[in-house]
Amino acid sequence: MTAKYALRFASLGYLALLLVAPLGFIFWRTFEHGVGPVWAAVTTPDALHALKVTLVLTAIAVPNNTIFGVLCALAIVRHRYPGSGIVNAVVDLPLALSPVVVGLALLLLYGRGGWLGGHGIVFALPGMVLATIFVSLPFVVREVVPVLREIGTEQEQAAATLGASALQTFRRVTWPAIRWATAYGVVLTTARALGEFGAVSVVSGRLAGQTESLTLYVQDRYQSFDTGAYAAAVVLALLAMATLLLMTRLRPKEGIQ
Amino acid sequence: MAANAEALSAAPAARRSLAPGLSIGLSTVYLSVIVLLPLAALGWKAHGWGAVSTPQATAALKLTLGLSLVVALVNAVAGTAIAWTLVRDRFAGQGLVNALVDLPFALPTIVAGLTLLALYGPKSPVGINAAFTRWGLLLALLFVTLPFVVRTVQPVLFELDRELEDAAASLGAGRFTTFLRIIFPSILPAVLSGAALAFARAVGEFGAVVLMSGNLPFKTEVVSVYVFGRLESGDSGGAAAASVVILLTSFGVLLAIGALRRWVTRHDR
Amino acid sequence: MISARGIVKRFGDFIALDDVSVDVPTGSLTALLGPSGSGKSTLLRVIAGLEQPDAGEVSLDGEDVTRRPPQSRGVGFVFQHYAAFKHLTVWDNVAFGLTIRRRPRREIEQRVSELLDLVQLTGLAKRYPAQLSGGQRQRMGLARALAVDPTVLLLDEPFGALDARVRKELRLWLRRLHDETHTTTVIVTHDQEEAMDVADRVVVMNGGRVEQTAPPRELYDHPANEFVMSFVGPVNRLGDTFIRPHDVELLLEPNGSTQETMVQRLVHLGFEVRVELVRDDGETLSAQLTREQVEALELQSGQIVYVRPTRQTVFSD
Repeated sequence: MTAKYALRFASLGYLALLLVAPLGFIFWRTFEHGVGPVWAAVTTPDALHALKVTLVLTAIAVPNNTIFGVLCALAIVRHRYPGSGIVNAVVDLPLALSPVVVGLALLLLYGRGGWLGGHGIVFALPGMVLATIFVSLPFVVREVVPVLREIGTEQEQAAATLGASALQTFRRVTWPAIRWATAYGVVLTTARALGEFGAVSVVSGRLAGQTESLTLYVQDRYQSFDTGAYAAAVVLALLAMATLLLMTRLRPKEGIQ
Repeated sequence: MAANAEALSAAPAARRSLAPGLSIGLSTVYLSVIVLLPLAALGWKAHGWGAVSTPQATAALKLTLGLSLVVALVNAVAGTAIAWTLVRDRFAGQGLVNALVDLPFALPTIVAGLTLLALYGPKSPVGINAAFTRWGLLLALLFVTLPFVVRTVQPVLFELDRELEDAAASLGAGRFTTFLRIIFPSILPAVLSGAALAFARAVGEFGAVVLMSGNLPFKTEVVSVYVFGRLESGDSGGAAAASVVILLTSFGVLLAIGALRRWVTRHDR
Repeated sequence: MISARGIVKRFGDFIALDDVSVDVPTGSLTALLGPSGSGKSTLLRVIAGLEQPDAGEVSLDGEDVTRRPPQSRGVGFVFQHYAAFKHLTVWDNVAFGLTIRRRPRREIEQRVSELLDLVQLTGLAKRYPAQLSGGQRQRMGLARALAVDPTVLLLDEPFGALDARVRKELRLWLRRLHDETHTTTVIVTHDQEEAMDVADRVVVMNGGRVEQTAPPRELYDHPANEFVMSFVGPVNRLGDTFIRPHDVELLLEPNGSTQETMVQRLVHLGFEVRVELVRDDGETLSAQLTREQVEALELQSGQIVYVRPTRQTVFSD
């Protein structure tokens, strides 16, 4: 029996020291002198612009990747065509690539001297959008694919025999089945888009007040020894916790007693 | 009757033939433009292979691979322990702990690095200063890779047939023997999958380590930071070359782990 | 000899075993028979030590083992869904109990070969359970349980997951095995045919209680109560009277105590025929006749016949 308590103590201790303590500490440190200074730090023009940039990036990336995600999942699972295995693997690539490498690849493609270069994509918002889309691409696909596999085609076939068109079948049979998996995927996509740092850093040129996302802003302020970094970090952490709450609610499977 | 049925199936089929084409076509184009094209440019423009064999580059590669393997191993153990605590144990606040495990997925990496630096860095209230050290790097990497093994092992542990443990008990096996000979082999594939994911993530991590590492060449410079450095110096070719090398190397490691996993599950075929 | 006395086991509000006492004579093959939820599997698991009773004692050969873990009770357990160790070969599965006891290799090799021969799985020793059929997996389960020379063999609905033909084969085979080894065996089943076929004694359970303990013949001929009678075989119930279908006599002419019924349906089951009858007041009855009897009476659907029981049972509460 003591083995059980030892294990519990060790696991919870690990989590406490690695996750909870640092996060708790930073909240404490940030709000040490009250909410006032934090609010002031977070509402400077540069900070607000950075927040706006982050939200714009997310607002573009998430819907795009959601629509793509559902279409791609349908293509992979329902219309097994030659190469669908490769597509499946390519979709997983953004998860395996370092964000810096992603940014570099985009820079080489769209930068000066690149194949599609010279159109004001890099060191500007479009490049950051592409980077954000790249890194947050897989999530909806990966959540929807297993659900599509599990529900099988019988219901859709039944709908077809009853005269439903492709669109009707999708709307009335397929979508209700994948709705929650898609929602979960959207939450993961959003979290990834909000938190993207490396790729966006490389591609943006980090011009404060112009091409800085909130994550870049945090680094910028930290390296300038400005405690505004903590304030911005706390904002991001709060967004993350809201995301975490949604993730917990929408999580497909339970893994605890 | 037969004619009716034919008419019924013909109409939807005609209308449905658009759908596969649409979803396949659109998604392929999207993937190619967003993912494949930039990667192709990366491969193409990677030159300066000489730059990749410099001592600094080699040191970065070795450090990255070494750290990532250690991280994978630590996660294999810690992740399994945490998964066990979440599945087999029962205590107040378990749901909260379960949700907490996902925090590294939700938290921006730069924020993760910042929070670790605050508690375990230069201004640490507990006197632990891991900044600019490999321990600090390890800490940051363990933070971001925490969920992987836990989440792959949890469902397997949950689905594990308790009867197997009853059978082992009836045959005389104590708790530890049962774990070693029955439970562990069953969860090993999941542990390997999770460890592979953790490894891949650790190899590429940037945001969490960039503040913590201080970019000291030969000491705390990991490949992602090295590549960034090459870029800042205008050597995009060299940066690309280093990227390709680390990509291929980690791909190789992942293939090896995949092969190991297949060997471990050979009895299922 | 297995002795369970005053066993009580609750799962939350549900009482699985309500003061159950059972004795299993050494060397016998006893069946625990009952519907789902009767507590028979729970009782078996309590005897094995896989469940702890809330009250009562379990003794094996006079020794109180109630607080002992399953590892040290010397029981062999066979599971309904085989509980095969998927990652081990058939050989390693069977050898498991001996391997963890660190028996010498020579001994393990001999014992495992012996057992594989006994259960007729010799050629499949190197295969994995995933490559075996259900029947083969269960034979492996049996061999595995026998490998450590248990004093008691417990089988929990061992043939429940198998199809009908395999079930009958294995049933026969289990009986023969028992006749050879004389290990004290307890088998849990909900199939009364299986229990009657295979066991020396049957313990009928219902709702966490023992209804009757007796050899199969006695159970059938002298059931202790209504539940046992209906569970152990088909029965006609007319008010308080219970009549077995083969105790229903059919006559073409009324004769004193006979009742008038109409033949609703004739169901030909090979050698036997089930005759479904209905009375004026709507009560139904079924009689079991041989083919010859049916032909002799020239029975047809819609025909009026006169019935009387050659034997009937009434239970006094």
